[in-house]
Amino acid sequence: MHIPDGFLSLPVALVGWGLTLALLAAALRRANAANQLPLMGVLAAFIFAAQAINFPVAAGTSGHLIGAALAAILLGPWRGMLTMTAVVSVQALVFQDGGLLVLGWNLFNMAALACFTGDLVYRRLGAPQGRRAGAAGFLAGWLSVMAAAAATSLQLAASGTVALRLALPAMLGVHALIGVGEGLITAGAVAFLRGVQPTVLARPAGASGDRRTAYLLLGLGLALVLTPLASASPDGLQRVAQQLAFDVKAEVAGTGLSKGYALSGVSSPTLATALAVALGAALLAGLGWLISRALARGES
Amino acid sequence: MHIHLADQYHPGGGWLHRLDPRVKVVICLGFILTASLLPPGSWLSLAGLFLIALGAAWSSGLGATFALRRSLIALPFALAALTLPFTTPGERLLEWPALGLAVSRPGLIQAGSLLLRAWLAVQAAALLLGTTRFRELLWALEAVRVPAVVVALLGLTYRYIFLLADEALHMLRARRARSPGGRGPGIRWQARGAGGMVGALFLRALERSQRVHAAMLSRGYDGRARILQTRRLLPADTLALMLAFAGYGGLIAAALAAV
Repeated sequence: MHIPDGFLSLPVALVGWGLTLALLAAALRRANAANQLPLMGVLAAFIFAAQAINFPVAAGTSGHLIGAALAAILLGPWRGMLTMTAVVSVQALVFQDGGLLVLGWNLFNMAALACFTGDLVYRRLGAPQGRRAGAAGFLAGWLSVMAAAAATSLQLAASGTVALRLALPAMLGVHALIGVGEGLITAGAVAFLRGVQPTVLARPAGASGDRRTAYLLLGLGLALVLTPLASASPDGLQRVAQQLAFDVKAEVAGTGLSKGYALSGVSSPTLATALAVALGAALLAGLGWLISRALARGES
Repeated sequence: MHIHLADQYHPGGGWLHRLDPRVKVVICLGFILTASLLPPGSWLSLAGLFLIALGAAWSSGLGATFALRRSLIALPFALAALTLPFTTPGERLLEWPALGLAVSRPGLIQAGSLLLRAWLAVQAAALLLGTTRFRELLWALEAVRVPAVVVALLGLTYRYIFLLADEALHMLRARRARSPGGRGPGIRWQARGAGGMVGALFLRALERSQRVHAAMLSRGYDGRARILQTRRLLPADTLALMLAFAGYGGLIAAALAAV
């Protein structure tokens, strides 16, 4: 479910970063992050390690954990989301699971959406009060995986990478099975902890907090990737992107550069293209110089 | 969904290893952005990006195939993109009316561009992560304005991954040692065992986190993580940044001029 770079279009990727940064800002405010760093850091490492604990299912496959629902159950949704943010980011930055430009959506799906889905299901089924904890853990795990899988296929379809009518059934089909492993381990862990040390399942004060901001942003994110799909033209966002690219080209044309004939007053197309390339190179080299100045200024 | 705990860092002393990590982050993101900006069918510009990646890997002593090996990870998503030639409307190149399938030219161009773009992006990230230690990367992230709390959280996570993974492996070995082999009593029973192990690992991690927090407080931790690093931007770093961006600018201009 870790989307690699290149499979989402640039506008879709940037929308994902915007939403995820807003979610992260809300989470950092609510989780009292600075004081909880050791807890969240060690528990993010725990989620990593827990992903290695597997059990044989059938035909050579094995069930194992992604961990978002478990993190939300044990830490509350906001701190769970920050913990999963660390997990998914380190997966991208150290182990190269998932891309960098698309990390925004990967965090949205596997940290934010999965945690809040797991948390919602677990609470709705009354598990924190001690009723049906195992079943609630199973459903929270299974649904958190399904929600993330569905969101992933929406983002891929909105980018024009794959048709939704193919992506959605395929992703949901595969993850309906993967989700069973997730659900069973989550249920097993909750049942074990309820028997051995029930205090860790009783939420510490301030661990849950107001969830409305998260629901709003998550809903907005899903609506944004659904809109181009629901509209008459199925690859609407792709069209918008192409339109933008054409506008850029029109602007280039406005400055005297255009479609291979390029600079006004230059008759040879080869020379014009060469000049366009030189101009583009010079412009971005200048940008590179500005960035290096900014980096040097930050040193002090 | 896959578990592999092999740090992608590859020890070495080439120029990519010595380049300022902040510059490497900016160059890598610029590379991925450039790949995403190129319109479908810009084969020459995509080839140019490939040469940049290949040249960087080869000239810094990593070997030309270094970045290629990591790109297999994108395989499941590549399969999804392979459906594009069949689902995109447009001029038909091949048709199988009996199956209701047809390959369209725009679909083929889109799928080809997409796969190349993704493949190139994976290579850029492989070069960044292969030549930058994680703590250098964290420092670079803080320099490009990632919030200090997030950077500190990533640092703590990384520090304990291998420790806790070892504990998980010990538990797995203990389970194996107590299993006589053959078929277990069934999936639910197996899953309860695995869930119990996850729960036990959580209790150990929780206890460890409390110990770590107390130790940090005892050493004067005030909620702020400070990264010790004294790297300064060198003229060579600025030059590399400008050269890379000049390459991106030229390739984007060439692609736009050709459309």
